[in-house]
Amino acid sequence: MNDKVPGFIRWYPAGQGQVPQLSTSLTAADRLGACKARWGINRMHYLVPAGLYAIGAPDAEAPVVVTANYKMSFDLVRKALAGRNVWLLVLETFGINVWCAAGKGTFGTDELVRRVAATALSGVVSHRRLILPILGAPGVSAHQVKRRSGFDVAYAAIRADDLPEYLDNGGRTTASMRELSFNWYERLVLVPVELVLVLKPSLPVALILYLAAWLAAGPGAAATVVAGYAGAVFTGVAAAPVLLPLLPSRSFAVKGGAAGLVYTFLFRLAAGGEGWSLPVTLAAFLAFPAVTSFYTLNFTGCTTYTSKSGVKKEMRLGLPVLGGAILAALLLVTVGRMLS
Amino acid sequence: MKGFRYLEGVATLELNRELCVGCGRCIEVCPHQVFQLEEKRALLADREACMECGACALNCPAAAINVDAGVGCASGLINEWLREKRIPGFTGSGCCG
Repeated sequence: MNDKVPGFIRWYPAGQGQVPQLSTSLTAADRLGACKARWGINRMHYLVPAGLYAIGAPDAEAPVVVTANYKMSFDLVRKALAGRNVWLLVLETFGINVWCAAGKGTFGTDELVRRVAATALSGVVSHRRLILPILGAPGVSAHQVKRRSGFDVAYAAIRADDLPEYLDNGGRTTASMRELSFNWYERLVLVPVELVLVLKPSLPVALILYLAAWLAAGPGAAATVVAGYAGAVFTGVAAAPVLLPLLPSRSFAVKGGAAGLVYTFLFRLAAGGEGWSLPVTLAAFLAFPAVTSFYTLNFTGCTTYTSKSGVKKEMRLGLPVLGGAILAALLLVTVGRMLS
Repeated sequence: MKGFRYLEGVATLELNRELCVGCGRCIEVCPHQVFQLEEKRALLADREACMECGACALNCPAAAINVDAGVGCASGLINEWLREKRIPGFTGSGCCG
């Protein structure tokens, strides 16, 4: 902890020591950093030091708000608390956001109890109450925290933006503060990093496809195959997640398959597919939707409402079908090639 | 959740109402409004909306709730299976970094 922490204004007395007092307005650098993290640039090192911070001029009665040390979380919370006098307790989650860190257990009971002790919080505030984000609850056991640290845990709201209202109405959570959403914008902002993450496993596959298609049918066919594959991946990673509520079925594999069929139809039109042989056409309609389906299924990891048991069921039923479709497509192309 | 429902009949969530002390923590932590209080005890009002995050079970002081909690992420589950099968050289940590 030093004066280089983001938003540092000055040192502020806290109990026997001092902590950074934070600005609540974000700079251009803060916004650029968030944008880069959305694209996967420096995302795993986008963090601030864990510890206690002051927002405004908090005293011994001031509320203590807890968050993760992912810098995007830290920035959202300090911005939401503009004009307030609040202590901000930042947990060491290794640069992971509250919800994912709670799932992993790093935003958890042990770390919270440890951080309360390490910051000598009981000497800074006279009350014994910690305000936590609701999405931190999968990692924190409120009664264990009480037993081990003496502090009560209040789960305030899902979104940092609701904190001012929560504080204003005397620490009461309204129904809407407790309700998750997954709107167009919330889905769209998840897409860039997913695209970046998918590049690594997709490039070798694209290369193999390109070489195989080149050897079998020449450079034109190779380019078409790779373009078709790239489009199928993009449809599964970007288009289907954004269009989620418009796609049929509750199953993500089926949603992805449907998006993939539409995509393959459009791709065939765009790529001059009237000239394709029957086996090649069938193979395209099997393999591309299978690829799209897999990546849409994978998006369950990013959603706010899918369960582990549901994903397991989809994988148990879906993966053999997807694998079978890819295999059938390869057979069709190979056999079609040998017969022609 | 408004506008979104996942597969029916898969959630592993279980509530033992006999053990419930009516503290309301489960209602506080559930982001999908699965629980309600009725006659001073929790009730599974919308079990199918459960996403198995495990917050309710972890925060239940009476240990009245059971759920096979985890993150529903296909890559994460595949990585987990590969690790269980001890595929050599595989130590990936799954999704979300």
